[in-house]
Amino acid sequence: MKSLSEIETITKRASKAVGFSWGVSEEIAKGIRLLELFGLPGINNLNQYFKLINKKNFENLSIIKKKNKSNKFSLCPINLGIRILDQIKTIEKLKKITLHKVAYPILLIPFLSRSSDIVGKKILFKFEKNTFLLNFNVNILSNLSLKKFPLLAKKIEIIFLENKDNFTEKEWKSLYKLSEKTFVEETESLKQGAAGAGLTDND
Amino acid sequence: MNVNLRDPNKVMKLSRLGSFHQSRLSFLRSFLSEFKDWEYKRDLFDLDKHGYGTAVYSFTKKDRVYSLVCFANQISDTERSDRVIATKWDAAFTLHDGIPLKKDIERLRNEVPKQEVGRLSYKELTLSRANKSVRIFDHVVENLSKGFQPDLDLLEKVGYLYRTTAVYGSGKFGLADRFRIKNREEINGPFRLEMMLVYLVRQFTFDQVNHVAKKRNPKTAVNLDPKICKNLGIGNSTGLGMAPFIVNHPTLLNNWIYSRETALKKIRELEIVEIKDSNLFKDCVRNSVKNITSWNTDSEFQIKKIKFLLHDVRKFLDFVENEFDFKKSYPFNTLYLWLEKETCEECVEYIVSIMMEPFGEIVQPLIKEMSSDEEKYFNIPTDRSVGDLVAILKKKYSNILSIDFDKKENHKKFWFISKNKEEPRLADRFEEQGSDLEQPLAIARDIKKLYERALSSKESEKIDKFLIDNSDLRHVVRRAFIIEKFPYSEIQDNTISENLVPIDMLRLKLSFFGALKFDPRSDKWLRICMFQGAPLPKELKNFDEQWVYNS
Repeated sequence: MKSLSEIETITKRASKAVGFSWGVSEEIAKGIRLLELFGLPGINNLNQYFKLINKKNFENLSIIKKKNKSNKFSLCPINLGIRILDQIKTIEKLKKITLHKVAYPILLIPFLSRSSDIVGKKILFKFEKNTFLLNFNVNILSNLSLKKFPLLAKKIEIIFLENKDNFTEKEWKSLYKLSEKTFVEETESLKQGAAGAGLTDND
Repeated sequence: MNVNLRDPNKVMKLSRLGSFHQSRLSFLRSFLSEFKDWEYKRDLFDLDKHGYGTAVYSFTKKDRVYSLVCFANQISDTERSDRVIATKWDAAFTLHDGIPLKKDIERLRNEVPKQEVGRLSYKELTLSRANKSVRIFDHVVENLSKGFQPDLDLLEKVGYLYRTTAVYGSGKFGLADRFRIKNREEINGPFRLEMMLVYLVRQFTFDQVNHVAKKRNPKTAVNLDPKICKNLGIGNSTGLGMAPFIVNHPTLLNNWIYSRETALKKIRELEIVEIKDSNLFKDCVRNSVKNITSWNTDSEFQIKKIKFLLHDVRKFLDFVENEFDFKKSYPFNTLYLWLEKETCEECVEYIVSIMMEPFGEIVQPLIKEMSSDEEKYFNIPTDRSVGDLVAILKKKYSNILSIDFDKKENHKKFWFISKNKEEPRLADRFEEQGSDLEQPLAIARDIKKLYERALSSKESEKIDKFLIDNSDLRHVVRRAFIIEKFPYSEIQDNTISENLVPIDMLRLKLSFFGALKFDPRSDKWLRICMFQGAPLPKELKNFDEQWVYNS
């Protein structure tokens, strides 16, 4: 078994070898490490993408907008990932963005995962029928159980989820009521000696 | 009195870093303190009459066990090499997490002797190999087998029976990643498991030499006197492989240096120093002189440094014993200022290390701060402005920005990874091929380039926009925002200069390991000795904290 440290080192060098700068290669390496840590096929997809990168054309974006389309070719997931990561605080304000024609969409996931941590919000990443929930760079939930990841996403939606409860107020109250059973009724004398007792509330 | 931390522009210069010495903060010393109450055991010792075979040593506390698995093999004299190109060694070792099962030992027997081309598993934590100092090993066996102790003068000249040529950890060759073990309290300090490996290897060398002598002549053989064992360490040959580490781990480097600088600051701020503490300090300086006089090297560079060091330490001792009054306020601050004025860099740093000896209560809490969660500082704060970046560069890299990189001598060298051994190497940009594959270790040059590009951008521009057109400098943009928070994270010198002395980078790291007696064999590699004078495993429960000076 390869260690994550080996995965990171080799990915960094390979990324530099195909033409990315050292700084970007560091980002790619962290991303592949993350995918492999979460059990997603990072090495496999990166390899496939690197085999194509100098044979096929891919497009880059500079500024990420609400709606993003490539002109002719599919978008490079690494350039896109870096741009999203760098501009995440601006993008977050858009609440939802769409991207058309993105190659190897799995390679975008680690950048979104880190972005989720930076903005402190869960991010929903959807393309076609596939959904990924990126939880503050702590874990990734997905309905995609295919071993083979799609090589192209026709339309991607990236949605920033507001920080709100996953449960109803009724469910919360029900659980709270149960928790109250661990409390003990306080006697009058104990109440008199509790913190703040004896002070004038208006002093 | 408030003493400022020393200026990184002074401390982080290579000549200063290359003058650092071991101290109470050093990893081999903090390893001994941490593991002193662990149970030490030799679990297996299955060697033939020539000393070849398998041995296992362990440290245990409650449910936690660390086991060193040793494989001693026969190699011919022609196969023995300390260079990284070697493929066979006298002995190979791994530190196994837990008690190795029989099948683990069988698996390791196939892999560990192969070192870099073998595969380890997440159950192994560190990996190493070592070669005998054949002259010394044979001499010791010969004498012990006849019932005599070896020639102490000869032993003193070398200082060890074996020398390691590499110690690997943190995920190399399939070893466990750091994240698997980082929450263990006992290894809350850098390189602690590497230190454990070397320490247990030292004991293996004593057991092996005794065993071979006994087998050679069972009737007359005696064991190596424990006092002699104590004065033997483990040698180590170290080359350029170690140098990039300190560039590639900026927050870790900061935490090492910051701890040292904080210790010095706090000691200088002590208004009153108790007599017992000033006496301990003076004793250590006095006793340390023999560490200098017994420091053997053929390197003219080092001989010169040792000569100045010895001269200045004696001058310092004379001052402390005949002129200086420890009863005056802030004595260590006065001593430090005197040192800076009157002695060489090597002596200043040598005495700074010794100043920590009486003050365990200052040093101990700092040891826990010497690791780093590097991931936390990896993200670039892209919502900051180019103006912020320029301000950081001006403030934190002022000396570097004055270097003229158009001059050939200032970018004469380049770092690359050797295809043969996947190890870092240094070459002349104008004479060798390969500079197009240069590693990102020319931080000073790239910082200067970043500064010039940032100056030609709008101050109000955000870093996210700046990076769109300056992707080639992303690695140094990251570093600039790291140094803003971590003042000692960067070497404030030019690592591709014609005048670069790479062993300065090695010495910095090795001093934090706790190495003694640096012996440069060229400007690119050196030999050192570790654990010389350290307590033996059976003495760990109650040992002299100042063993480095008192052995």
